[in-house]
Amino acid sequence: MSEPIIALRSVTKEYNGQCVLNVAEMDVLPGEVFGLVGPSGVGKSTLLRLINFLEPPTAGTIRFMGSTFSAQDSVPLALRRRVTTVFQRPMLLNRTVAANVGFGLWLRGEKQSQTVINEALNQVGLARLAARQARTLSGGELQRVALARAMVLRPDVLLLDEPTANLDPYNVGLIEDIAHSINRLYGTTLVMVTHNIFQARRLAHRVGFMLNSDLVEVAEATSFFESPRDPRTAAFVRGEMVY
Amino acid sequence: MITARDPAVVEIVLLSLRVSGVALFFSAMIGIPLGALLGLTRFIGRRLVVALLYTGMGFPPVVVGLFVYMMLSRSGPLGRLAWSWIPSLFTPGAMVVAQCIISFPLVAGFTMAAVMGVDPQLRQQVLALGATPWQAALTLLIEARLGVLVSIIAGFGSIISEVGAVMMVGGNIEHSTRVLTTAIVLETNKGQFSLAIALGVILLGMAFLANVLVLRLQGRALDE
Ligand SMILES: Nc1ncnc2c1ncn2[C@@H]1O[C@H](COP(=O)(O)OP(=O)(O)O)[C@@H](O)[C@H]1O
Ligand SMILES: [Mg+2]
Repeated sequence: MSEPIIALRSVTKEYNGQCVLNVAEMDVLPGEVFGLVGPSGVGKSTLLRLINFLEPPTAGTIRFMGSTFSAQDSVPLALRRRVTTVFQRPMLLNRTVAANVGFGLWLRGEKQSQTVINEALNQVGLARLAARQARTLSGGELQRVALARAMVLRPDVLLLDEPTANLDPYNVGLIEDIAHSINRLYGTTLVMVTHNIFQARRLAHRVGFMLNSDLVEVAEATSFFESPRDPRTAAFVRGEMVY
Repeated sequence: MITARDPAVVEIVLLSLRVSGVALFFSAMIGIPLGALLGLTRFIGRRLVVALLYTGMGFPPVVVGLFVYMMLSRSGPLGRLAWSWIPSLFTPGAMVVAQCIISFPLVAGFTMAAVMGVDPQLRQQVLALGATPWQAALTLLIEARLGVLVSIIAGFGSIISEVGAVMMVGGNIEHSTRVLTTAIVLETNKGQFSLAIALGVILLGMAFLANVLVLRLQGRALDE
């Protein structure tokens, strides 16, 4: 088995003394789609923020692409730029769609090549909207542009935080297809948070279940859904979880 | 009726624009970064600085004039240094200093409000795309560009029509420090109402234009 691209050890996160995340161990393998499911408020988004180095953990270590970081360590910019997030509520800049897609390239001092931008927009099916002002987009279009602006960066790890919550089934399908092809085409490792277990089942190779700031269980997708070890996972998968 | 073609009027208008323009340039140089800092970061003493800023936004210009007068007068702490880059009293430079002090809190205050109006989630997403903290700050400032522009125009409005401070530190010297407002005071005192009115109309026009511009930009900001 290959070396994990992300490895968390004894990671905790507290806000105002309140512990919202407590993960003893979590490994994400290079090239996999890691689904993360669980009810609201259990710390899924917090976990993604830590993995994207937007916030440091309170304690514990995060190993990312061979380098280990604990709470006080500052993460080199170059490494931080290997990972990015598509958020549940994507916020675009008040510029054109094309400018938004090229934004991350601009941050890196790279040429905002029209070819690259158009290719990414093509992949999310929005090439015709390149010149549109981002503020005029619909919810589904917004999310697809957010995927495109992440995609042009060719990250090693792409974090998806409930990217299809509040979207119509058509856009949900589109976004799942795009996520799938990013993983297949570029070998990008995906960590996808969702509270839709069917989505996890459709996309993920392995699935983790979070409850009350804790990572309860991680398993291969098939066994996760068909023979979960933990009774709480089983209850969640059967849709009986009370929360 | 004296017209705008009158060379004396032209000279006064140009000096007004020059003094206020330079003052505005410096107050933008100070006010925009200060406003961005206060709007985007949290540090110890921030609330105190914000309170001082709000005080500065409503500060009586004559008191600023008095302060600058005392600082720059030959026996004052700055005036007695006699450094070449410190302007002397009764020069356009002294008026620039006073106007800058009057307008920079406005520029900073409005800039702060503008960047604070940007959703904090955006900053997080910009950082997630790989921005350095500086790049993130610049991006949010650009995102708040209309509000920043409004802050500059509001700063301009506050100084182009100000009379007390420029009168004190400029002295209303003909061909040297006579600007629109001080000229109006003088002409009115002399009973030269037609010139005073002509100058007043020009001043009113400028202040009106500045306000129309602010309203238009704010309207656009709301539409977006
Ligand atoms: N910045 C923050 N400050 C304080 N509490 C927070 C913050 N972010 C998240 N929390 C709390 O942490 C818990 C986990 O939140 P989150 O990670 O968003 O959960 P999930 O994504 O699983 O719904 C929640 O109780 C939330 O209120
Ligand atoms: Mg969440």
